[in-house]
Amino acid sequence: MAPEAPEGAGGAERPRRISIVAEGNGARHGNGSVKGSFKVKAGLAQMLKGGVIMDVVTAEHARIAQEAGACAVMALERVPADIRKEGGVARMSDPELIKSIMAAVTIPVMAKCRIGHFVEAQILEALGVDYIDESEVLTPADEENHIDKHPFKIPFVCGCRDLGEAARRIAEGAAMIRTKGEAGTGNVVEAVRHARAVNAGIRKLQGMNHAELVHEAKLIGAPVEVLVDCHKLGRLPVVNFAAGGIATPADAALMMQLGVDGVFVGSGIFKSEDPLKRAQAIVAATTYYDKPEVLAEVSAGLGKAMHGLEIPAIPKDELLAARGW
Amino acid sequence: MQGAFAEHVHALDAVGARTRLVRTRDDLSGLDGIVLPGGESTTMTMLMERVGLLEPVRKAIQSGLATLATCAGLIVLASDITDGMSDQQGLGLLDVSVRRNGYGRQAESFEASLKIDGMNGHEFPGVFIRSPLVERTGDVKVIATYQGHPVAVQKDRILALCFHPELTTDLRLHREFVRLAGQHA
Repeated sequence: MAPEAPEGAGGAERPRRISIVAEGNGARHGNGSVKGSFKVKAGLAQMLKGGVIMDVVTAEHARIAQEAGACAVMALERVPADIRKEGGVARMSDPELIKSIMAAVTIPVMAKCRIGHFVEAQILEALGVDYIDESEVLTPADEENHIDKHPFKIPFVCGCRDLGEAARRIAEGAAMIRTKGEAGTGNVVEAVRHARAVNAGIRKLQGMNHAELVHEAKLIGAPVEVLVDCHKLGRLPVVNFAAGGIATPADAALMMQLGVDGVFVGSGIFKSEDPLKRAQAIVAATTYYDKPEVLAEVSAGLGKAMHGLEIPAIPKDELLAARGW
Repeated sequence: MQGAFAEHVHALDAVGARTRLVRTRDDLSGLDGIVLPGGESTTMTMLMERVGLLEPVRKAIQSGLATLATCAGLIVLASDITDGMSDQQGLGLLDVSVRRNGYGRQAESFEASLKIDGMNGHEFPGVFIRSPLVERTGDVKVIATYQGHPVAVQKDRILALCFHPELTTDLRLHREFVRLAGQHA
């Protein structure tokens, strides 16, 4: 079970099974059923695998995303590229907007709350969204603590830059992980860095015995239980998507060949010249990520991609990935 | 195409079956059985249609290919779909009416123990995730219900479930599918 799929075409062995890290409790009901357990929270992410989750800012966008084959949408007021451009404090979206997007599509709807802003998360849960992204794209509300995600019935996805960060989020109850990348840049370089860092971190665990895992946990600031799971499974114990800077079908396929389970596309679709066509192409590229002849076909004639940003050109204090820890 | 296929592969490996991912028409040849996994039914049918896989899969199942369909897979097989996308069309091979996300959104996803007809031993752990609700059944055999609604049905060599055995360690339904697949082989 290689955490990193072979690079290049063909025969890429996908990472396998997801296990349950934290046996979430969930709420027991009179009829013997249990809601909100970690199994159903992580399970929804498993259903999203091999798919593309798209940022949308209107109900119309959401319908286009669904029509293009998105497996879920992220409801937002502004895509990251606009948040980056306009500056100011970025907060949870207007519930009105989120509700209109939920009404427009049948696929799962995700929404973002600020890091540490557990009341925004409570509001999103009350709205009945299917997944909450505790996201560095919004302005953090707490510089020390992320949200304790265990008590929520709704699952959370969180960003990471390396294995330690992923493991901390999982320990807090995240049922899905994504790379942070650098959102709103159309530049995939940071997502690649983060995916490779997670892979390298997991590979490093493979030869370790338990005592060494405990030491490694100390070094990378990760709970040892999560590392034990990663060691056993040869991958993260929850679904892991790529996010942050994916703008082309080739970007999506690159991330898939690096071993992620699926991709988020933020600004890349609706900041491009022909959103529907690009969205369809990225969906196809995520399924046929290891078939270059299909990638060549779907990459043709898509019109202009979003304008990209070089990472060094961004002032250090405007880097979104540095938010959260 | 999209969805929780890796989990099915793992479960089928565990019961000793050989597997292959079906993404093109060529992948269909020589199969004894096919799994239509959980995922997003809109995404799956759209991709299958776009790459010309919908018709070949329909023909293969019609001519007796053993089929295990879970959750979205059941929607893809169903003859009637409500609350789907307006033009959502599936394979129409299973005489049931299903309501997409009929049990509600993710907050309503649940786990419950199920009694399955013909299955010995303890109850089966049912994991329901934004599950479809079966509102009507026609020419199929209902083999499990939950709160009065069918959650597992069988029609000849098709086994269709609202829940996700691939997310559990209980391999009994995968074993049953492999047995069905072996009957013709």
